[in-house]
Amino acid sequence: MSSLALYTGDVVALARKDLRLELRARDTLPAMLLFVLSTLAVFHFALPAGTGQDAAYGLLWIAIIFTALLGLSRAWAPEREGGALEGLVLAPCDRSAIWLGKTLATLAFLAAAELVALPAFAFFFAPIGPVAVAGVVLASIGICVIGSLLAAMAAASRGREVILPLLFLPLAIPLVVGGVGAGISLNGATYLSFLGLYDLVFAILSWATFEYVVTE
Amino acid sequence: MIVGEGLEKRYGRKRALRGVSFAVSRSGFLLVTGRNGSGKTTLLRLVAGLAAPSRGTIKVDAERADLGYVGHEPLLYRELSALENLELYGRLYRVPERRERSGMLLERFGLWEARADRVSTFSRGMTQRLALCRALLHDPALLVLDEPFTALDDDGALLLDHELAALAGERTIVLSTHDPVRVNSLATDRLVLA
Repeated sequence: MSSLALYTGDVVALARKDLRLELRARDTLPAMLLFVLSTLAVFHFALPAGTGQDAAYGLLWIAIIFTALLGLSRAWAPEREGGALEGLVLAPCDRSAIWLGKTLATLAFLAAAELVALPAFAFFFAPIGPVAVAGVVLASIGICVIGSLLAAMAAASRGREVILPLLFLPLAIPLVVGGVGAGISLNGATYLSFLGLYDLVFAILSWATFEYVVTE
Repeated sequence: MIVGEGLEKRYGRKRALRGVSFAVSRSGFLLVTGRNGSGKTTLLRLVAGLAAPSRGTIKVDAERADLGYVGHEPLLYRELSALENLELYGRLYRVPERRERSGMLLERFGLWEARADRVSTFSRGMTQRLALCRALLHDPALLVLDEPFTALDDDGALLLDHELAALAGERTIVLSTHDPVRVNSLATDRLVLA
């Protein structure tokens, strides 16, 4: 079997493990769904009548970013519990596969939350165009790519609940700018290109540095 | 196969290990003993590559694929079943016919009946048995066992005695314990940490 096939198989096995754990424990996804829905509902009633669409898009991104943060804060919990991360680190597979598997699983949870959030946003605020949806997709990839790496760093520390937002939120600002821009700008394609570039750069960085995050 | 020279490990200002040197030849059996807090776990983590020494050098002539490790934590997923855990690790360790190998180990360690149960429902002793299955799954050339008898009942401890007796002389083993009498006859080298 080629090394690429082995690598892909490892990534799929690790991501499938996370999905199976979530199906059993239901620790993360219900919390994310509840959070994103309740946040949008609160914003709907909090926003003064006649507020423009631009502000509404900003609120959508606040809801998405904090929903993602909720998912990321729990992403490595199964590995922490029984020391399973050390088991994965000791395994002879490429360690970046651990990061990529976690990124794909986190992306699946975030996508599920957004499948609920976007229709809810359209219902409460304004319809969403295809460029805005593409912005959500690209920004979500970026969130999970960098978020999984930072969550692994935070998971190894005692103050993980504080450290993860401190590390993640500054790096998520470009994603918010790109996501909002894709939703409201007439030149949405530029913002989509920016988000694509962000995803590519941070995917390469995370893939290359994960090994140093999980080893001493 | 393993050579440690002047090993020291610090966690912040606390020194967990101080000036330890040792060597284990291929197929040797190093028995590590010492009081609580003497650095046994730290030393075994250095051997396994899970930690790096603050000072000194350690050379382990083994790849990651050759290492089987049992630590204080079982390194298992609590919400996966015993079989699912072994299948995941079997995949990552490239174990050929991993289903058969997993089944054989579960049978040998008395966990076959509980193979579909989640680890979170296991007793501490059953979890330790499964951790031993995980460490032996890929038939490693180097076994690093940190107090492997912990939580095992008499049957489990006897089972591990037989397993170690079968592996001693064929595999390199580094084992720490508070009950050295149990494995003393198998040891080729001894290290007492103060």
